[in-house]
Amino acid sequence: MTRRTGVLVAYFAAGLVVAVTVAPLLYVIIGGFRTTGQLNTDPTGLPHPWVWQNYAAILSSPSFWGFLGNSALIAVIATVLAVGLGSMVAFALARYTFRGREAFYTLFTLGLLFPLGVASLPLYLWLRQLHMLENPLGVAIPEAAFSLPVTVVVLRPFMRAIPTEIEDAALLDGTGRLGFFWRVLLPLCKPALATVAILAFVVSWNAYLLPLLVFNESANFTLPLGVATFQSQYSQDTARVLAFTALSMVPALGFFAVAERQIIGGLTGAVKG
Amino acid sequence: MSTQTAAAAVPDTGARAPASAASALVRRRPRRTGWRTRLELVLLLGPALVLFVGFVLVPIGIAGYYSLYQWNGFGPLSFIGLHNYTDALTGPVFRAAIGHNVLIAVLSVVVQLPISVGLALLLNRKLRGQSVLRAVVFAPYVLSEAVTAVAWLLILQPGGAVDGVLAGLGLGGLVRQWLADPSIVLYTLFVVITWKYIGFGIILLLAGLQAIPSELREAAAIDGCSPWQTTRHVVLPLLGPTIRIWVFLSVIGSLQLFDVVWIMTAGGPANASTTMATYLVDHGFKRYEFGYGSAVAVVLFVVCFAFALLYQRFALRRDTEGALTGAVS
Repeated sequence: MTRRTGVLVAYFAAGLVVAVTVAPLLYVIIGGFRTTGQLNTDPTGLPHPWVWQNYAAILSSPSFWGFLGNSALIAVIATVLAVGLGSMVAFALARYTFRGREAFYTLFTLGLLFPLGVASLPLYLWLRQLHMLENPLGVAIPEAAFSLPVTVVVLRPFMRAIPTEIEDAALLDGTGRLGFFWRVLLPLCKPALATVAILAFVVSWNAYLLPLLVFNESANFTLPLGVATFQSQYSQDTARVLAFTALSMVPALGFFAVAERQIIGGLTGAVKG
Repeated sequence: MSTQTAAAAVPDTGARAPASAASALVRRRPRRTGWRTRLELVLLLGPALVLFVGFVLVPIGIAGYYSLYQWNGFGPLSFIGLHNYTDALTGPVFRAAIGHNVLIAVLSVVVQLPISVGLALLLNRKLRGQSVLRAVVFAPYVLSEAVTAVAWLLILQPGGAVDGVLAGLGLGGLVRQWLADPSIVLYTLFVVITWKYIGFGIILLLAGLQAIPSELREAAAIDGCSPWQTTRHVVLPLLGPTIRIWVFLSVIGSLQLFDVVWIMTAGGPANASTTMATYLVDHGFKRYEFGYGSAVAVVLFVVCFAFALLYQRFALRRDTEGALTGAVS
């Protein structure tokens, strides 16, 4: 095989992968511009004529925006809590020496073995006792708690690698150690903070099982719950569900388009270390 | 310890200050920082610890406790020992669910891994539009499982896009009840899962490939290795750590599979696609069998935990020096 044919095969494979990836997305987006009648007579055709009602109806319905707002609120709270508290822990475990430090670290890393999905039912029972059902915090706080381990594991080595000279200089200038943390260390850790923030945000944004258990009233639903519910409600009206699904993809894909480099780097980097 | 280095640095730079003041500073400092350090540590660690213990460890303890009782969530608890566990582990539906999880895990490793490695090797060269390609391939991973599941539910519905494409290609005879036929529903779900996660694998492996110095390939080529030999004996072994982490993530993900299955089939038809997690939600939540559901949660947790520890012990040990967390860090 010559170099040239190798490159051709690579382009062919690339084209195939892109086609397989994109075709379902295009079908959903374009299908939203058709009517269910059009979809039934020719499932794979182009819109004829283009129909805007599906999208317009959803964009003007308060429920879609409600789901979106709930998802955003929960994801922001979970991310702020996870990154805020996680960076404090990482700082303590990276730059203080005290008895039991490694035990603390092991405790948090143990959390990596407890996925949120597995713990959802007991969490539901616990949240019920705490009267936190139907409450955005009932989802956001557990999500933050389950994001802490990754946050600590990613941030600690990063904070450790910052030279002690910088800390000494800050202390000499009269800043306390907490001042050093806030004013010097955190700004230096921005790339790592972005990584863990993206991780926590994406996990929360995509979560389905915990919100499914915690929320029963549709006014509290997050977007993933909303999509699934909309689908079962309007299962006969395929075009409408396609439009709803397409619109639900927009925030994630838009966010991804804007911060693609950080997201890919963050997600693969957090895995590979 | 950095507090000591900070204290030690004071006399150095304060050399012009009166010696007595400097030594007083050094003498007084340790006690004060000791107290202050402790307070700082409480402030830094306390809130996260409360959150972690309160919402990660306590629920797991709760699951262990309730799993020993029969409880519908409202009435009194009645202690039944390990009955819930024996019930679950001898029940045909839960056993089948474990089998489904294992099948998906095996399929992931046997089917997705070779495809991902092959594509990563093919794409690991200077191609035009490389960055666009990476973004497009990664996109499904960013979508939520719920959105993915609903999209594919519509694509796979009878008379939907897949059937339409097959008919258009003259392969109408291949059309099946993709989600309603018990003998193929798991494979259909596996295809959807593959669509969603394969991009992540490819990107991860590409990152691993790009970390391999090109000198090594060049040296192998100079020594007379064919491209295939270079790939087989130089590149793949160096890709080992990335592959082992991918396998870990993939198997753990397969064992916890829930969202896509729940939305697309809810474990049906006739339990043909039940997974441990859908079984857990179906019984523990939908049917208010909280004690029994807790036992299932504990089983699911133990299965994942055992796999993680064994995999860590036997496969990942050479990559990471014994850290429990090696798999993810």
